[in-house]
Amino acid sequence: MTSPTVAVIRTESRLFARERLSLFWIVLFPSLLLVVLGLVPSFREHNPDFGDRRLIDLYVPVTVLLSMIMASIMTMPATLTGYRESGVLRRLGTTPAKPASILLGQVLVHAVAVAASSLVVIVLGRVVFGTPLPESLLGYGVAYLLALAVSLGIGTAITAVSPTAKAGQVVGMVVFFPCMFTAGVYFPVEVFGGTVRDVISFTPYGAASNALNDAAAGSFPALADLAVMGGWTVVLHLIAVRAFRWG
Amino acid sequence: MASQPAVEVDGLRKVYGTTVAVDDISLTVYEGEIFGILGPNGAGKSTTVESIAGLRTIDSGTISVHGIDPVNQREEITEVLGVQLQEAKLQPKITVQEALELWSAFYPDPEPWAPLAERLGLGDHLRQRFEDLSGGQQQRLSIALALIGRPRVVVLDELTTGLDPRARREVWELVRDVRDRGVTVLLVTHSMEEAQTLCDRIAIVDAGRVRALDTPAGLIGSASAATITTFETPVAIDLASLRELEGVTAARSENGTVTVEGAEGVALAVIEELRTQGVAPLRLRVAAGSLDAAYLDLTENDTDPDIRQEALR
Repeated sequence: MTSPTVAVIRTESRLFARERLSLFWIVLFPSLLLVVLGLVPSFREHNPDFGDRRLIDLYVPVTVLLSMIMASIMTMPATLTGYRESGVLRRLGTTPAKPASILLGQVLVHAVAVAASSLVVIVLGRVVFGTPLPESLLGYGVAYLLALAVSLGIGTAITAVSPTAKAGQVVGMVVFFPCMFTAGVYFPVEVFGGTVRDVISFTPYGAASNALNDAAAGSFPALADLAVMGGWTVVLHLIAVRAFRWG
Repeated sequence: MASQPAVEVDGLRKVYGTTVAVDDISLTVYEGEIFGILGPNGAGKSTTVESIAGLRTIDSGTISVHGIDPVNQREEITEVLGVQLQEAKLQPKITVQEALELWSAFYPDPEPWAPLAERLGLGDHLRQRFEDLSGGQQQRLSIALALIGRPRVVVLDELTTGLDPRARREVWELVRDVRDRGVTVLLVTHSMEEAQTLCDRIAIVDAGRVRALDTPAGLIGSASAATITTFETPVAIDLASLRELEGVTAARSENGTVTVEGAEGVALAVIEELRTQGVAPLRLRVAAGSLDAAYLDLTENDTDPDIRQEALR
């Protein structure tokens, strides 16, 4: 007999594999975006403003963050608020399985999907456009895990503060665009200087973008950026734990 | 009937903000019983059973299910109590078989799910997703999941809502089977027919209190229309004298058919009276009153403003 928690996680993975739209936004869309941008000739020109890197080089970490945003803001809260609204969590609360196991399952399957997406993006960039692989593997790993942790924190916090699935969509939309902007999806945050850049560095994805770029270029990420992500992670998870309702 | 208590609720009270959902409910359900909780919407039925299932914190009172306190012993309660919740759905894309397998993994000694699914008419739908099932099929799956862990007590909330008459009868049959295997059934319903045919005892709940608790026959017998006497007569008769008979609560005449409602024994008095009036009744029928009448008596005639006010406060 498998433990109830393992059974719930296994079921959630199976169900997630049926969510084609979620898989598209998390796994396929970031790669597609990278390919489309890479086809633009100017994105492949070396630019002295970015330390002689090309725009397409900067977009590899950006598309990595993009899949995290899609998972944590678009798909995970929608699933979980739906589960709460339709009574799935309440129903599970009447069995020996803890309703928290379904939360854990959702966090895990989204983390795995994001990791798969990141791998595809990094390999695709390398093979098709010759983008550099992360030079500081340890630095990249630390930055990556913190970025993932803060993303999942955003997702669970949205789920926790949204009383209904509809409210979750609204909160998600409000959070979505600033996250896209600070992650550098619209244009790499490197184009900004001065105060704007400093402010962006205090946001979860601004700091994540700095840290991933540093690690990609070969240096260990700045402690300040790691601390910003760590701080957000703690705050968001506290919000989630405090505000989460099962029924 | 076994006399061991399975579920004991004493002085249960639950308030949401300023709304009193359950005012003061006490009841004892005995082992092997099919016990019905009947009442209008908002009477506190669902809150009561959700408290018994350990899904709610309670404001005062005690609950015990086979000696387990559902509020403080959440883990233990899930092992003895199976629950089918009103309007609780499953993951939209989970198939029937996956749900049954998942629930089987929750319990140490689950009932084999295949025969259970067959029994509930789900055998042909095992590969279908929850979102593609009809309301009745979803309901039957929910019942199967409540039974899979071999619970000692099963709570069925709005059991047959959304089922067609045939499916409803099949589910009733299943509930009787479950009881025959020694499982205590706690049934929440607002279907009078369901309560009357299925339950050994019924608690009528209104405004957060138990208004009456008896067997279906006992409840009907205590109603103002415990027996209904009807007959046809070609000649006009004196309804006023019928109404004056002891125990009669109502007498009316429509298109030559006279209906007299009243306590047990009214029928004999009516026949006596007709004989004195020299009327020979045709198509004389004496029927037991329905639970509907008892229910209406207990939930609507009893609009004691103090109680209503208190419930709303």
